[in-house]
Amino acid sequence: MERSTDRATLYGLETAAREGITTIWDRYEAQLPQCNFGLLGVCCRMCLQGPCRIDPFGEGATKGICGATADTIVARNLARFIAGGTAAHSGHAKHLAHTMLKMADGKAPDYAIRDEAKLKAVATRVGVPVDGRPITDIARDVARAGLLEFSEREEPLAWLETTITPGRKELFAKLGILPMGIDSTIAEVMHATTYGVDADPVNILLTALKCSLSDYAGMHLGTDLSDALFGTPTPRASGANLGTLRADSINVAVHGHNPVLSDIICEVAEEMDDEAVAAGAPGGFNLVGVCCTGMEVQMRHGIPWATSSLSQELVITTGALEAMVVDYQCIQPSVADVAACYHTRVITTMSMAKMPGATHIEFTEEHAKDRAREILQLAIEAYPKRDPKRVDIPNITSTAFAGFSTEAIVAALAKVDPDDPLKPLVDNIANGNILGVCLFAGCNDVKATQDENFIVLAKALAKENVLLLATGCASGAFGRHGIFTQEAVAEYAGEGLKAVLTAVGEANGLGGPLPLALHMGSCVDNTRAADVAVAVANYLGVDLDKLPVVATAPEEAMEKAVSIGTWAVTMGLPTHVGVVPPVLGSAAVAGLLTEGIKDVTGGWFIVEPDPAEAAKQLIAAIVERRKGLNLPVPASAAARA
Amino acid sequence: MIGTDTAAGAARSAAPQEIYVVPARCTGCRSCEMACAVEHSQSKSLFGAITETPLPRRRIYVEAVDTVAVPVACRHCDEAFCANACITGAIRRDSRGFVLLDETRCIGCNSCIMLCPFGVIQKEETRHVAVKCDLCPDLPGPACVAACPTDALRFQEAGDFARSRRRTAAVVGAAAAGGVVAGPGGDADPDPAAAD
Repeated sequence: MERSTDRATLYGLETAAREGITTIWDRYEAQLPQCNFGLLGVCCRMCLQGPCRIDPFGEGATKGICGATADTIVARNLARFIAGGTAAHSGHAKHLAHTMLKMADGKAPDYAIRDEAKLKAVATRVGVPVDGRPITDIARDVARAGLLEFSEREEPLAWLETTITPGRKELFAKLGILPMGIDSTIAEVMHATTYGVDADPVNILLTALKCSLSDYAGMHLGTDLSDALFGTPTPRASGANLGTLRADSINVAVHGHNPVLSDIICEVAEEMDDEAVAAGAPGGFNLVGVCCTGMEVQMRHGIPWATSSLSQELVITTGALEAMVVDYQCIQPSVADVAACYHTRVITTMSMAKMPGATHIEFTEEHAKDRAREILQLAIEAYPKRDPKRVDIPNITSTAFAGFSTEAIVAALAKVDPDDPLKPLVDNIANGNILGVCLFAGCNDVKATQDENFIVLAKALAKENVLLLATGCASGAFGRHGIFTQEAVAEYAGEGLKAVLTAVGEANGLGGPLPLALHMGSCVDNTRAADVAVAVANYLGVDLDKLPVVATAPEEAMEKAVSIGTWAVTMGLPTHVGVVPPVLGSAAVAGLLTEGIKDVTGGWFIVEPDPAEAAKQLIAAIVERRKGLNLPVPASAAARA
Repeated sequence: MIGTDTAAGAARSAAPQEIYVVPARCTGCRSCEMACAVEHSQSKSLFGAITETPLPRRRIYVEAVDTVAVPVACRHCDEAFCANACITGAIRRDSRGFVLLDETRCIGCNSCIMLCPFGVIQKEETRHVAVKCDLCPDLPGPACVAACPTDALRFQEAGDFARSRRRTAAVVGAAAAGGVVAGPGGDADPDPAAAD
């Protein structure tokens, strides 16, 4: 299997091999063959009498020591995966709420509300009074309302209830899966899945669905607060891939997920640019993004994005990186080992996320800019130690248009129809110019050839006039393969999609179409896409499970991707995953997720590693939905399905 | 495929590779059993194998003796009781010395199961035939050996295996005698505890 379809990654891998540096791909090979019990999800490690595993071939143990079957074990393991993802997303949101609260109380002077309209819109939505109040008071109350989402509430989560369709709310209440607190739902999963509690796989899965809705609420909160604090993204041109590092500059990579630090780094790097030049780098500071913190600063500042989580080590093997500044999530501990072979400083910043071999500078919102200065000072100090002979930056970049927040998309549509912005979108879905909408999300996974599933699927769906939205590492794949460009429209879009993207693009003065896919942000921003779907559903007066909207995480790897995929299914979306999750050890659980759940939420999982086959199944799901709404189905799509 | 040599008493080809076990290295993970079952499935993939009817059968067995795990596999015996007992000639030794079973000739009489001193022949109850190790003819080496994460299973010639054990014993002995041992050398086992 090829390691990547990205030329810059392959170039970096050659450099790494030449330098004798092992990467995630080498470590994956060292793990082969992987444990088959683990791959099937039939290993239980939740008590000290174990570990237990169930023999899928029926010759060995059919039950764990406690009597748990494969169905129970697989369901419990999956539920804990989802709790892990929820904890990460909502922890990120909680951090933003604390930051906003400190800002409002005057304890974090380097922060401000940069988008007052967004803050007021969020406040109004969650019931915080707005009229005639100072913005800091509104911010304080919104931050407190956000923090209250985590506790044991008496009513359902505001960030869920106020952002979904009436139909979903009713369904979740009926199923008993309206979460009453984000942290309490995570704890509930841990309780239900500990020794001797819930053994019923269906009941465990319901608890898991509830947890995934907490994940949704946490993510929505995260995006809302980020937009209020740092600005709601607007469309802008940026660059992607390893070629965005510059030999003449002090290169600093911001890596991880949260804009709380990375946004400040952007600001301070500009202020300190003269110091970088004075240190001998004519280009001054060159900031690049890695992973989703990279997406945050690309969306808001157009900072170029260097690479995704999977290939993060290859930013260091360019030999031109002075500092990799990390916050949390998806940061491979190996970056410290790779950095040790170069002059690169890896700087950890969060009290909960340290790493042997890295320098830790504890980031606090109270002293944000001071800490950012310290961090950038380390990069300046590292620069003279760079070995010019080892600088090996692949000369590979792509243009990537970013910044398509929900608000930005609505604003772009409003240029076509100012009185009724959603109408052009809905009309074109109805008349078949747009067959449906697909959200591309999730990670790169070392088990899949990097980006291949993303690109094969994107091209196949665009050809059938499916509107493409993207977040997180999907945005990474699209960025470095030129999907976020106008040129890609001419090359890959079907006629209907091309006409719509061109009409909206020209109405917005782009002199051509919108890019082939809309970059909606980092992985925590997936609810931006959900907001678009909810708006369309409410406009039409139908629920989400009737819309020709699908989701895919074709190279998913992390717990967070599993929790996102699960809420997408709970929201009623057919959701494809391209890496087989560890559930096949239970035919009952696998059957529920891929078929049975359709009768409950209207969504279901499509598990398909082959992207061409996955495209077929996603188009089939869209066609089925169009038929359900009595919308015309073009012959080519019907044939593809 | 099964050769034309008669089962009993055929001269084995010079130094065939066979499966050797180092029990001290076995962690009891059962990866070998799983890989064996998958390799003997119709789909030859894990996710396909677990849904097949009948389910594929493994031909290697990790037995627990107190807390010690010991993989037990067919030894492809020189004096193969199973082949000697096979009344239809379904079990024969091929030209490489492998003791192989031709399912099309098996009548399910259980004679081989009764006589195998290692208990590594089983009945496949759906098809009423015996199943035993075939050393994975479609692979470069047995699936169980490739799957073992701790090198407890080896596919080697007898002389090579013995040499590696001897080397390990020598290293341990040298250390006990107070010698400075730079490293195990050769293909010896780096884990002295493994010197059975």
